[in-house]
Amino acid sequence: MAKHKITVTVNGTAHEAEVDARLLLVHLLREDFSMTGTHIGCDTTHCGACTVLLDGEPVKSCTILAVQADGHQVMTVEGLEQGGKLDPIQNGFWQEHGLQCGFCTPGMMLTSYALLKRNKKPSEDEIRQAISGNLCRCTGYVNIVKAVQHAAAAQA
Amino acid sequence: MANTPRTSAAISGMGHSMKRKEDPRFIRGQGNYVDDVKLPGMLYLDIVRSPYAHAKIKSIKTDKALKAPGVLAVITGETLKTYNLHWMPTLSSDTQMVLPTDTVMYQSQEVAGVIATSRYAAADGVEAVEVDYEPLPVIVDPFKALAPGAAVLRTDKEGKKDNLAFHWEAGDRAATDKAFAEADVVVKQNIYLPRIHVASMETCGCVADFHPGTGQLNVYMTTQAPHAVRTVLALVAGHVGLTEEKIRVISPDIGGGFGGKVPVYPGYVIAIAASVVIGKPVKWIEDRMENLQADSFARDYHMVTEMAATKDGTMTALRIKTVADHGYTNASANPSKFPAGLFSICTGSYALKHAFTEMDAAYTNKPPGGVAYRCSFRVTEAVHAVERITDVLAAKLKMDPAELRMKNFIQPSQFPYKSVLGWEYDSGDYPRALKLAMDKIGYAALRKEQTEKRAKGELMGIGISSFTEVVGAGPSRDFDILGIKMFDSAEIRIHPTGKAIARFGTKSQGQGHETTYAQIVAEELGIPASDVQVEEGDTDTAPYGLGTYASRSTPTAGAAGAIAARKIKAKARKIAAYLLEVGEDELEWSVDRWQVKGSPDQHKTIQDLAFAAYTNHPPGMEAGLEAVDYYDPPNLTFPFGSYIAVVDIDKGTGQVKVRRFVAVDDCGHIINPLVVEGQIHGGLTMGLAPALFEEIVYDESGQNLTGTLADYLLPTAVESPKWELGKTVTPSPHHPLGAKGVGESPTVGAPPAIANAVVDALWHLGVRHVDIPITPEKVWRLLRQHGVTD
Repeated sequence: MAKHKITVTVNGTAHEAEVDARLLLVHLLREDFSMTGTHIGCDTTHCGACTVLLDGEPVKSCTILAVQADGHQVMTVEGLEQGGKLDPIQNGFWQEHGLQCGFCTPGMMLTSYALLKRNKKPSEDEIRQAISGNLCRCTGYVNIVKAVQHAAAAQA
Repeated sequence: MANTPRTSAAISGMGHSMKRKEDPRFIRGQGNYVDDVKLPGMLYLDIVRSPYAHAKIKSIKTDKALKAPGVLAVITGETLKTYNLHWMPTLSSDTQMVLPTDTVMYQSQEVAGVIATSRYAAADGVEAVEVDYEPLPVIVDPFKALAPGAAVLRTDKEGKKDNLAFHWEAGDRAATDKAFAEADVVVKQNIYLPRIHVASMETCGCVADFHPGTGQLNVYMTTQAPHAVRTVLALVAGHVGLTEEKIRVISPDIGGGFGGKVPVYPGYVIAIAASVVIGKPVKWIEDRMENLQADSFARDYHMVTEMAATKDGTMTALRIKTVADHGYTNASANPSKFPAGLFSICTGSYALKHAFTEMDAAYTNKPPGGVAYRCSFRVTEAVHAVERITDVLAAKLKMDPAELRMKNFIQPSQFPYKSVLGWEYDSGDYPRALKLAMDKIGYAALRKEQTEKRAKGELMGIGISSFTEVVGAGPSRDFDILGIKMFDSAEIRIHPTGKAIARFGTKSQGQGHETTYAQIVAEELGIPASDVQVEEGDTDTAPYGLGTYASRSTPTAGAAGAIAARKIKAKARKIAAYLLEVGEDELEWSVDRWQVKGSPDQHKTIQDLAFAAYTNHPPGMEAGLEAVDYYDPPNLTFPFGSYIAVVDIDKGTGQVKVRRFVAVDDCGHIINPLVVEGQIHGGLTMGLAPALFEEIVYDESGQNLTGTLADYLLPTAVESPKWELGKTVTPSPHHPLGAKGVGESPTVGAPPAIANAVVDALWHLGVRHVDIPITPEKVWRLLRQHGVTD
């Protein structure tokens, strides 16, 4: 199988790789780059556990090929904390008990992070709509909504 | 004592909403789940699965697969047979194929394992394995399976002449029949709880790592019960040299379990066998379709439920006859004396004098069923039956369902209460919980609103569920799994600097044990919870325990933690007496110290005493400050609650919207209110899910029609209501902390509240029952049938 040379900037650092055309972005991140914070929960783009930001937009990295990310910016959960300081969305999830098993959390936080970038004061309905592509089996979403509101308030 | 913390926030014992200690790693993406484990030289397993629900395997050709780049080996039933590892026991002492040698019994059954150098290469290998099947007749309907003359499915069982997995009954049949014969009123309802799936966000998987030089096997594995798994592995594979001292099971961070990660699935065993044969680590991670089609199904109960009562609404007897579909094998993770789990809790919160229940469990061509869905051994099924039939009775008597419940509740003065089916309920105050729920939701005003809406042709319903749970197995006299008694354990070690490590026989899958167990130690010893490191899930380091499921962690391991801490406190007292030069009986305990009675200035803190235990302990005393406790609970705990749902139904689409949902729970004394509320939110959502959305559906040929998350609908944030919580606190009299389990109460209690609300909304049209999941299609058809919608 022919290899493709790609350069993907992850959390501000350029990474080079030679990959098969069929390699999924999530496997590039997890296995080639050893960034295991991005999780895999389904194979059909329904659960959102693998959500990362591609040029700032939330995408499900289980349905994007690594070669499609060539030359693009990817942000993963590992990129949220800056200079030893938690991002407000991370702190919101911690303070409001927005996570239990933690498996959906990275994707859930990145979707919420992107929401807050485009909408600084989302309503509860807007938050619920925004995270409706990310499934959580533990929290019942109540505290995830509070976590996003916590982050919004912290950034106001 | 109820939730007024005794300790300061700095110590954070019971009652403090301490922020979780596990979260800093999770919010940084630094959790360590099984698929994150990467070992040098690691290989990958992918599994060939059967497209047929029942078929003879005529041949398995592996030559093309073995030529595929990166493929190293293909393991079949014949490979395993040479080691006598092609069959294994289920947790209910039934048997299950690891890999077949001649017949497949359900669609998606494991047929062969492909071992390769990468995930992708293994998947290519799976595509290249050629299996020739001869399809056989399929039975997916348990009634057909149990009908006389049905083809026998389990021909592997010598002398088996039918498809009955087991028959079970409880109660006095004759006395119950008599009570029914003499009753003023009898109601009867067929209730079906369909097959559903826990669908934890993380699927199942493992990394099996066998070292040929030492004979040591390490297995990193998604398991809720690592110790029990180690023992089962040793029992299954001891004859090939995998004896228990050489097996280490490590359950790292688990991405949700809900009962689905209790059983030992064939994939784990194939990965272990491959690692042993090849001598390298082998990773197996199932994908979501495999997860939804092959593993961890729950329920599938057809319950003919009847209730007898007097004219004035006094319940007199309950009778339930169930046909249970267990699929190809009885793989329930049930305690061995309870083949139907704790279904005999079906008399619920009511002072019923007569009850009889029986069950026929069938084998069919479905994957192994009977595994839990966030439920303590079939309690959900039992509660659904009694809470639905209570509403059917209320409708028949034209009584308000709240009034009927109030009239029949076991009264607070009757506890401890011996139920007619043999349980001793430890404590409860059912009228208080229901009254609080009614007050919180504004029950009377809602009934008024409903009358007004009905007059306008709008569909609105109010549904109640007043459930009693039974959790915390077990007392070991009654509870074991495969003979292993259901105690649980804690080991606490206090370091010289006053910090501690505490290890437990359970395993959190998101429940927050690292925080709540630390708070138990903080409560008992006054060591700040932030100074207590909690560890679970490594069988080499943690004391033996039966694991986390059935809401048993707080009732068993949590209790063990409290008792172990008290043993430490007793030793610390001796050290304090020595240091303070007083008699032990002159000392009293205060939060974090032993002090001289009447002169609290003379004291030694737990930190002082920890240091002394290693540096200045009394002559003749062993050094160190640690304790182990294996806690065998004297009884189960019986958490309870009353839930009220308000639903609106769209007449055009049949869609049910849960407008409000008030949940009043009572789980005794609460360790961490934040964590308990989170558990209740999550449990309610896993109650909403099967009530409105989730069902695993098979066609007549045994094909799973709901094998992806596109078809098996998990609720999102949009469908999930904003849950409104309330609580009462009725401590357990026998638990050392007065606590009860809570994680599953809402999953048990919520579905009948929603179902009752929907039936209530449609009652005036003549609708008396709807089976869950109550999909828009189902409601739309009912509305059409009753002339509401064109």
